[in-house]
Amino acid sequence: MTWVFAALLTWIVLWVINIQLAKIEANRFINLLVPALFGFSILILWEGFVRGFNISPILLPPPSAIAVRFSGSMSILWEDFVQTFIKGALSGYVIGCSAAFITAVAVDKSNFLKRGLLPVGNFVAALPIIGMAPILVMWFGFDWHSKAAVVVVMVFFPMLVNTVAGLNAKDNIQHDLMKTYGASYWQNLLKLNLPAAMPFIFNGLKICTTLALIGAIVSEFFGSPTRGMGFRISTEVGRLSLDMVWAEITVAAFAGSAFYGLMALIEKGVTFWHPSQRK
Amino acid sequence: MNKVKDFWSLIGPVFTILIAITAIWYASAVWLNSAWAYDKAKRANVTISFSEMVTDTMMQEKPLLPSPHQVIKEIYKTTVLKKVTSKRSLIWHGWITLSATLLGFAFGTALGILLAVGIVFSKSMDMSVMPWVITSQTIPILAIAPMIIVVLNAIGVSGLLPKAIISMYLSFFPVVVGMVKGLRSPDQMQLDQMRTWSAPKTTSFWKLRLPSSMPYLFASLKIGVAASLVGAIVGELPTGAVAGLGARLLAGSYYGQTIQIWSALICAAILAASLVAIIGVIERITLRRMGIQI
Repeated sequence: MTWVFAALLTWIVLWVINIQLAKIEANRFINLLVPALFGFSILILWEGFVRGFNISPILLPPPSAIAVRFSGSMSILWEDFVQTFIKGALSGYVIGCSAAFITAVAVDKSNFLKRGLLPVGNFVAALPIIGMAPILVMWFGFDWHSKAAVVVVMVFFPMLVNTVAGLNAKDNIQHDLMKTYGASYWQNLLKLNLPAAMPFIFNGLKICTTLALIGAIVSEFFGSPTRGMGFRISTEVGRLSLDMVWAEITVAAFAGSAFYGLMALIEKGVTFWHPSQRK
Repeated sequence: MNKVKDFWSLIGPVFTILIAITAIWYASAVWLNSAWAYDKAKRANVTISFSEMVTDTMMQEKPLLPSPHQVIKEIYKTTVLKKVTSKRSLIWHGWITLSATLLGFAFGTALGILLAVGIVFSKSMDMSVMPWVITSQTIPILAIAPMIIVVLNAIGVSGLLPKAIISMYLSFFPVVVGMVKGLRSPDQMQLDQMRTWSAPKTTSFWKLRLPSSMPYLFASLKIGVAASLVGAIVGELPTGAVAGLGARLLAGSYYGQTIQIWSALICAAILAASLVAIIGVIERITLRRMGIQI
């Protein structure tokens, strides 16, 4: 019981510190420190409850056990990461997003196609596309090609809808100005339409990072070679070694956050002019 | 005459795209299934003409890509012709998925609104919780859904609840983000007005912040309900293909029943579309009664 009380006490203390910190004039350091402290306090709470209530490690392993397992099986985790993230998710992400981007630019020329494709695209983006996974695994085989195909299908429509919306975002005045300059189609596209579409395009790119990871992992449940994060998760659950599963989840969380963070960073560099990026 | 023209300019493009998709579907069905058709003919030692090949690709039992009318026939067979209580009825499976979706969606919406209210009223909660809410979505929950199901099963929680929890996890995020934006949407002038009336925080919440957040709430609910359907379907995968649309998908992929996979998929699509449409109708009614023009 002491574990539980100790954990609760630490949690309350950290929470009080956070409340005090939130009152201070915000700066960069504090903006990072507050969520970090909160996350840390959750970990302590988790560890304390698992130990205090004697929860079986088969149900919920404590963070310390997960950390030990994580550092102990680096090579397996790396192999799975390469198979699922680099080969499956990343290649599918690049293919899917560029295909959607090119389609959007091509469609943008025709008002008729645009008005037809937008509602359909919006509809398809809301569908449970992950259900396509068994079919695509059947078509492309068990290796990473089928995973990349699932990712392509999953990211295509959200990306398409966002890019098409973005290419519509320009002002009429700006458009008229380009016309008075006598700008050609390509000049118009490169100097006005695409830069104006960038906030939307990056919104799509950011949404697709998580979708890509999910698609690659879930499609491994329908058949995969004996490596990969989805494969490892489903087999280790069967063997009840949950610390390994949590280690994979940690990898997935880090990979997902890093991928998202990278896109947000590039966005900051490209769309520095947008109101949402100004200080 | 003008009305017809207006109607066409609204529906026409969508209609054209849909016809194009159906045409592409038929063409790829012929293309993908032709190998099997030729293979069959070769083994029977007959040569088949192109038109015979095309007819064969339309009616194979386990085609690589079933043609649309095969899927429609299968859906008709498993919804209208089967009794609702039958285990082979898609309506029965659809209902199981739908109930988990709705339960998870209700949980997710409640959690999302509660978190949003907390975030808007407490600065420390805003600073400490909000980053983690965003981080939580970069964790592929769908990927760990099987584990959640198995673990909850081990402690005796089974059936609807584990699936609903996964749906909740997926649907609370859009609600939090939308509601925080919505509750903060009243501008400074309106907030000052409340202050000059010396309204307490609760009053300005009920009379100003909450009403002005409604358009944002409904926009997020539409995203949330689609997400929670995905969650419920994936949550059904690891339970060993017992019941639900996800189970139909898994069973279909085990036995190569492509027609069954596609009919489950189309049913899920119809379900998602109707759920979003229902929320759209509620949105229209609510906003109209509030006097917001849309």
